[in-house]
Amino acid sequence: MIRMRRFTRGGGLVAFLVLAFAASAVAAPAGQPIRIGGTLALTGPLGPTALLHKLAGEMYVEELNKGNGLLGRPVEWVLLDDQSKPELARSLYEKLITVDKVDLIIGPYATSGILAAMGVAQRYQKVFVHHSFGMPHLAKYEMHFATAAFGPEPNRTIPTTVFDALAATANPPKTVAIITSKFPSAQFQSFGAKEIAEKRGLKVPLYLEYEFGTRDWGALAARVKDAKPDFVWIGALGLDGNQMLEAMKKLDYTPPRHFHLFPAPGPLVVAPDGKQALSVTVFEEHPPFMNNPGAAKLIPLFRERAAKANVPYTHVDTQVAGSLAAWQVLEAAVTATRSLDDKVLAQWIKKNRVDTIIGKLRFDGPNNYGDDLFKVKQVQDGKWVVVWPREFAAPGARLLPP
Amino acid sequence: MPSVTLLGQALVSGVLAGGLYALLALGLSLSWGLLRLVNLAHFALALLGAYLTYQLGHAFHLAPWVSAAIIVPLFFVVGMGLHVVFARFRVTEFTSLLVTFGLAVILESLIQWFWTADYRRYETPWASASVRVGPLFVPVLESLACLTAATLALGTWAWLRFTYVGKALRAAAEDAAIAGAFGVNHRRHAFVLSGISAAYAGVAGTFIALISTLAPSQIWVWLGVVFAVVIIGGLGNPVGALLAGFLIGASESVTMAVAAPAWAPLVSFSILIGLLVLRPERV
Repeated sequence: MIRMRRFTRGGGLVAFLVLAFAASAVAAPAGQPIRIGGTLALTGPLGPTALLHKLAGEMYVEELNKGNGLLGRPVEWVLLDDQSKPELARSLYEKLITVDKVDLIIGPYATSGILAAMGVAQRYQKVFVHHSFGMPHLAKYEMHFATAAFGPEPNRTIPTTVFDALAATANPPKTVAIITSKFPSAQFQSFGAKEIAEKRGLKVPLYLEYEFGTRDWGALAARVKDAKPDFVWIGALGLDGNQMLEAMKKLDYTPPRHFHLFPAPGPLVVAPDGKQALSVTVFEEHPPFMNNPGAAKLIPLFRERAAKANVPYTHVDTQVAGSLAAWQVLEAAVTATRSLDDKVLAQWIKKNRVDTIIGKLRFDGPNNYGDDLFKVKQVQDGKWVVVWPREFAAPGARLLPP
Repeated sequence: MPSVTLLGQALVSGVLAGGLYALLALGLSLSWGLLRLVNLAHFALALLGAYLTYQLGHAFHLAPWVSAAIIVPLFFVVGMGLHVVFARFRVTEFTSLLVTFGLAVILESLIQWFWTADYRRYETPWASASVRVGPLFVPVLESLACLTAATLALGTWAWLRFTYVGKALRAAAEDAAIAGAFGVNHRRHAFVLSGISAAYAGVAGTFIALISTLAPSQIWVWLGVVFAVVIIGGLGNPVGALLAGFLIGASESVTMAVAAPAWAPLVSFSILIGLLVLRPERV
């Protein structure tokens, strides 16, 4: 009896250990890979920012495969280069769906490419999660889902957030100069800024639109200097803001306050003229954003990968966070529905809130948009910190006056 | 109505931008006009020169003029090497477009492979330096680029006008067979000219590194405007390229100062179309 009891006790212990191990260990994914197709602007003028989306996607897929993959199967990201050309993005999505026969698709980088690919997704009724689309009113496809959390009217809500932040300072601006790239999303939101500024009683002595790819910033800088605004809104893409600030500096002029809509975050934060530059973001590497468990895990991994890839600015902000959120939405939908059926996935995404690195996203508003999650950030002591709304501000940070 | 100061500042900015256009246009104009090779790889070489200047400055802390002293002779050799390939495969004016386009794409890929697609900025203390002249501000680096363009343009003009090699090159461009009959060794001179064109790309690259932020796709940013400068200036005409650079730069800049900035390319390309209509023999 004693022996039997001992055996039973010992066997129970072994069984417990086996069960505990089985519960804690994750089975390696097996079987045919789930192929997720997409393009990014790996070359061309959008290349510098798209590189960050590539690194984020590669890292996410690698992490998925280190775990249980999707539905127990490994994940393969079929990534093609759309060369920053929307017409090429459209053709490549056609190829991914009809020739490569991928199981799922994920969006390319930037508004024009996404809009081009959305038409293809719609034709083949593919669920289409994307991360960097700036004109929600044009996204009419019922199975598209954006993790660029602009809300349905960013031309109204983003300028309102920015002007609210400025209005809360001791010396709010009275005049605003707006110069913007003609790149569709930048122009759309910057024109909204003009309307919002005028509605709030601010004077807009200068509103200019310049071509995407402008080389000579001297004349534009001279016009801004001539207008003597209290605040300059630059509908900037990539390095436009840096070049504008440099050109103004050459005229011995620094605007009292300057805002950059879609800047390349690295160059602006290290530029001598970038001090106190303002922008908007959905994520920065400080609390409360870093309190998100997903962020705590993914951010160090991304930074390590970016450093290895020789990327000068390795911090995670809007672009990378939006990209990771897109993968998180796709993963959540597949895991919850245990399906790869586009319609099933779309229905699930539409009905559920998804916990992502940038917060809980919902897709049940106009054109499948949820809330505008953008906050105002500022360059302070050589890094970006959120300064508005106050509940999202970095510890001890506030919008610094000029 | 724009103020006189704004107009003056726009004019200064435009002329100086035109200097950089001219610097880029010089080598292209020479190879197109005198070798009958439309060298699209010239833009890629210029950007490679810019990245090398950045790398030498960033990693080895070499002053840009020291970098230029390394890059320019190196590019001269590269230019001669390229001409060996062009001569070996009997590349013509039309096929040179295709071949050099391919070369430019390869160079762009190599640049992206080594430096990634992310932006690179060569920070220097003089990046934003300006000299005040009355109410106007004259940027130092752009002025230096403009001065260099003027010196090279005038020096090249004098070389083509007064030296035996220059005269031989011009004669061969007019009629290679007749020039050969008069003892001109066109092939040997073509190597020298190809080297010089590439070396000029290296000079332009050094200034691009100092003035601009670098990204691999910038190779194509200059293409349209520099082609306009070369054609307006006249093929193989260095002084023409310089003046055309000033004209295009100033017209674009003044347009940006008085009208919608998006109209600037419209003005410069209208000048080009007008000139081609009135004087089609320029190409």
